Amino acid sequence: MSELDIAQVVALSLYVSITATVLTSLVGLPLGAFLALKRFRGSWLMRTGVYTLFALPSVVVGLVVYTMLSHSGPLGFLDWLWTPIGMVLAESVLIFPLVTGLTISAVSDVDESVRLTIKTLGASNRQLMMRVMHEARFGIFGAVMVGFGRAISEVGAVWMVGGNIKGSTQVITTAIMQQTQMGDFGTSFALAGILLIIAFVVFFVIREIQERD
Amino acid sequence: MNKTKWLILVVVVIAVVLVAAGLAISGVFSPAESRLILATTTSTQNSGLLDFILPDFKSKYGVKVDVVAVGSGQALENAKKGDADVVLSHAPSLEAPFMDQGYGIFKWKVMYNQFAMVGPSSDPAGVGSAWNVTVAFKKIADNSSTFLSRSDNSGTYTKEMQIWALAGLNTSQFGSWYKEVGKGMEDTLMMTDELGGYTLTDEGTYFTLITTLSIVEVFRNDIVLFNQYSVIPVNPAKNLNVNVKYAVLFAEWIVSPETQDLIASYAANGHQLFFPNAEP
Amino acid sequence: MTLGLAVEAAGISKSYGGSAVLSGVNLKVEAGELFAMLGPSGSGKSTLLRILNLLEQPDNGEVTFGGSESVLRDGQRLRRRMTMLLQRSVMFRDTVFGNVAYGLRLRGMQEREIRDRALNALGDVGLQGFERRKASTLSGGEAQRVAFARAIAIEPEVLFLDEFTANLDPPNIKMLESALAAYRQKTGCTVVMVSHNPFQAQRLAKRCLFLYQGEVLGSGSIDDVRRLDDDRTAAFFRGDLI
Repeated sequence: MSELDIAQVVALSLYVSITATVLTSLVGLPLGAFLALKRFRGSWLMRTGVYTLFALPSVVVGLVVYTMLSHSGPLGFLDWLWTPIGMVLAESVLIFPLVTGLTISAVSDVDESVRLTIKTLGASNRQLMMRVMHEARFGIFGAVMVGFGRAISEVGAVWMVGGNIKGSTQVITTAIMQQTQMGDFGTSFALAGILLIIAFVVFFVIREIQERD
Repeated sequence: MNKTKWLILVVVVIAVVLVAAGLAISGVFSPAESRLILATTTSTQNSGLLDFILPDFKSKYGVKVDVVAVGSGQALENAKKGDADVVLSHAPSLEAPFMDQGYGIFKWKVMYNQFAMVGPSSDPAGVGSAWNVTVAFKKIADNSSTFLSRSDNSGTYTKEMQIWALAGLNTSQFGSWYKEVGKGMEDTLMMTDELGGYTLTDEGTYFTLITTLSIVEVFRNDIVLFNQYSVIPVNPAKNLNVNVKYAVLFAEWIVSPETQDLIASYAANGHQLFFPNAEP
Repeated sequence: MTLGLAVEAAGISKSYGGSAVLSGVNLKVEAGELFAMLGPSGSGKSTLLRILNLLEQPDNGEVTFGGSESVLRDGQRLRRRMTMLLQRSVMFRDTVFGNVAYGLRLRGMQEREIRDRALNALGDVGLQGFERRKASTLSGGEAQRVAFARAIAIEPEVLFLDEFTANLDPPNIKMLESALAAYRQKTGCTVVMVSHNPFQAQRLAKRCLFLYQGEVLGSGSIDDVRRLDDDRTAAFFRGDLI
């Protein structure tokens, strides 16, 4: 693989993972906060459901999304199979339980007395949720970073849905698999090195945030 | 609360931009025709032949060919589901029912290469002295020599099973010398190399890896080991979304004399990997 | 000077998991008065305070403000005219200024006015210059004073205090009691103060009620309640009943 190929592969990995993280967070963060704060009939069920989905194997997610996006499947009309946007979908489904679940944890960790204080100062329910999320912001940011880390490390689901097409849907992880299969260890190790650097950056950012907590 | 609202707005805008960009690079806004999906096998992809010849198609017709490489079985299944526009495969026993069921418009020969048996240069099972490949396989079984089987739905595996059947042997009754690894050709060759065993391989992949392997060709040139590659444009009657126009153009292009010459000129480590045999 | 609201409660009861925490509590607080709720720990004072502050619903009974303003009709807006201070105040993960300004931001005030009110409130508790300090670095006494500033910045008409000086040393207690007096002087707000310290009650309040295990044993002027023919009340006022 040429340097240009490698750059393309890294760029796509980052694009897919970042987009999936952003989309998942937009839904998962408010949902997670809501589930942590509100007790309504069925909220226990939903929270348990989210935590159970933690155990969902990524190949299963890949298989399900692949089947749905196939032209013989219900979402075939979208033409998203073998495309980056299809990969974003698969990754989003994959990391959604993780990001939401960790947000539920972070928000639940905010003490009852904080919520009480917020209420005594006259907050509406929406204002309460925003302030509690603000108080839990370090934990919530950690949830987002964990989601990103998980997304960029994924192999199976993005291979199944993306097809590992050269110049189109090849990402760092699938490229490592392929180059290793072909015996091209040089490229594999180079890509692995890049992925490790990204992983360490994520790790350090999470640690920094935790220190500030 | 203003700071927060502003932050949410920024994130939403970023999300919209990212998704729009994704849709664009996924070709959602381009005409359906501009993308041709070629389903083929991992060994074909990994030989590098496609990287070599496909740019010619792009410059002639302006369409980029996206190669989805899986096992032969899955390549044909993908085509059946409408997830591929044209197939380049080398598993005649799987292609026949595929055509019979009407999933392909037509099937044309493109090129061939050979399968060969590879193993340690000392050849403990004496495969080299066999007078046909069936006998060679029998010698492996009699000797209980380590033999690696790809055991996936690939053309190579199909060929291997064909030979065991010809030899009248049932693989389910084999001992632990027979290893079903479920891997691609390169992986299987590397494992065979490490274990000092035997395996059946396509010569294309073998020549690509030849410099890294110590195992050598121990048996070749039996008519049974002939590995025929065919191109099949997928039938739109079964799946309306198939890019028929360019699928057919692709087939015509790959059997054209210029492309056939191009195929013949492709070599790895000094060995020609594929032998064009399209019928005029 | 606007007068604070009168607070009235009739027939309040509340149980948690089968055990009665409050039974048949009645009280009447005049507008602008400082009324004490006394009793040993576990008598239900904090629960009653939360119910009065409209943070919890009683099982039975009703709370009314200003003589006629019924809770049912005005909920959220009414709640915003009062606030509560806890024994151990919670500081938000923010600067001191951010904490004091929070209630004002909730009410959608202009930044300039928020700034003025917040800084004035900090001055009233002797913490001018503390605006940029991270609230997490404050001592217990400082945090309690910031909480007080946070409360008066929104200019509540009723102030509920739940043993708000119980954890403080004498200088801080003095500081906050005088800040409270100054605020009452300025706005005439009503104060309902829970205390398990009879000496503080005698210092600040004229009228009170005595709560024991969820029941009102007596209410009226401090002297009247102190002289109630009841061992428990007597023990409390001696400082013997915790």
